[in-house]
Amino acid sequence: MAADALIEVENLSVLFPLYHGSSRSLKKMVVAAASGRLAQDQQQRVVVRALSNIDLRLSSGDRLGLVGSNGAGKTTLLRVLAGIYEPVLGRLHVKGSLNALLDPNLGMNVELSGRENILLRGLYNGLSKPALARLEQDVAEFAELSDFLDLPVRIYSAGMVVRLGFALATAIKPQILLMDEWFLAGDAAFLDKARQRLEEMVRGADILVLSSHQTEIVRSWCSRVLWLDQGKIVADGPANDVLNQYLGHVPGTPIPALV
Amino acid sequence: MGYAPRGMNSVAITLAPATELNLRATTTPAGRNRWAMADIASGARLWRLAMALGWLDIRLRYRGSMLGPFWLTISTGVMVAALGLLYSTLFKIDLHDYLPFLALSQVLWGFLAALVSEACSTFTDAESVIRSVRMPFFVFAMRTLIRNTIALGHNIVVIVVVFAIFAVWPHWQSLLAIPGLLLWAVDALFLTLMLGAFCARFRDIQPIVNSVMQIAFFITPVIWKPTQLSPATIEKLALNPFFDLLEIVRGPILGTDIAPSTWAGAIGYSVVLCAISWAFFVRARSRITFWV
Repeated sequence: MAADALIEVENLSVLFPLYHGSSRSLKKMVVAAASGRLAQDQQQRVVVRALSNIDLRLSSGDRLGLVGSNGAGKTTLLRVLAGIYEPVLGRLHVKGSLNALLDPNLGMNVELSGRENILLRGLYNGLSKPALARLEQDVAEFAELSDFLDLPVRIYSAGMVVRLGFALATAIKPQILLMDEWFLAGDAAFLDKARQRLEEMVRGADILVLSSHQTEIVRSWCSRVLWLDQGKIVADGPANDVLNQYLGHVPGTPIPALV
Repeated sequence: MGYAPRGMNSVAITLAPATELNLRATTTPAGRNRWAMADIASGARLWRLAMALGWLDIRLRYRGSMLGPFWLTISTGVMVAALGLLYSTLFKIDLHDYLPFLALSQVLWGFLAALVSEACSTFTDAESVIRSVRMPFFVFAMRTLIRNTIALGHNIVVIVVVFAIFAVWPHWQSLLAIPGLLLWAVDALFLTLMLGAFCARFRDIQPIVNSVMQIAFFITPVIWKPTQLSPATIEKLALNPFFDLLEIVRGPILGTDIAPSTWAGAIGYSVVLCAISWAFFVRARSRITFWV
């Protein structure tokens, strides 16, 4: 068994430069530099502080839920924990294997066959050859593709595509599982089998970080909740306490100071 | 280990490989340099992924066509035949002498031009992956190189056919092209890292790069022979980086001697290219995700 999983975030901030029209153009930048306006342009560049001064420590056994309105920084925080966005300020330390379920179609190419898509996903995850064979067997069996495995995903029925995507996403068991809410979107329609597989994966993970608007799922799966607003931590504590505060809060009103 | 205790449904449990990530916002050049080197090292370990992506790119490009990637071979062959007939008449050169030269030059130049042009979209094409999983950027650089190397492999058929028709046989000296090709590969990886990042930031670079390559095609002896120039002009050719780089691969295969100054030029230009590319990549690496 691998060593205990750990996530440490210290005083972390992420700034998003917003590029639009003219700042994407080299020509405009050169003209601006030539006419001495560059310094001013640099100042005026729109920067969004997507996360500011986040402190967080998670160890094995923690189940963290992220709540907050749209644009609060939930997905950005997941991307930071996955190492996709590197911090501009502060420090991030993640120990343990990690799987981030952020994009349902990661690496999925509809022109490729099911088998090739499985292989590609395995390679993205740096799996060894024997592990690739096991992955293929597992995914093919769960997604019930049988004869379609060697046909392009383009001709699959909608149900088959969903099964393949789901099977792929849940095939690789990490110590740290980061999940965005898309994953629970079709929750009601999930087959029992799918729900079982997902719950098995969640139980198997040492650390879960789940971002969702569906507070009931957060309440049943998470023991701790982090409430984010405009990139800042509003509250961090036991799931029920924070969720009650979150649900009691009327959007648009000032957020009460919390302990 | 045939039986996995947990999970009644799954036949096998695939565990994600263990990793550790210790990111600290770095602004020191040494810190950034360390991260860029780590990117290369971890990317190189994923060479099987890069190979698979490169192959799939080629297969997808020619999906549904009966000849598949051999369309590359055919279009190059037709191009070489047409240009060969046209220019041997225009320049009044013997076809036996000219066509092998043209076939080789055209294929090699096609590789360089496509590589430089595709380097620009290396990262922007991989946007969805870059934004949903932490992946070394070097993987995408390798993918671009591998994809173009596979295309080159298909085009080599044209060279072989033309050489066979005109009875030009390879000799031991041709092996000297190998170090040249290796230098190309190194240059290509560095250039891809730089152009990929630069074009992600500034979206108007790719057309500029394509025009530069178009001009380079005319001022470099690709379809014309250096010997058609006056001796004074030949010396100036060394100032063209593309000439030196092209010649270190083309010369040995055609059996022409390469001046040491050509090799020196090729290595010198490569060092400058790699140094600039590395400096840019080190600075830009952590920002690429925000740019794509």
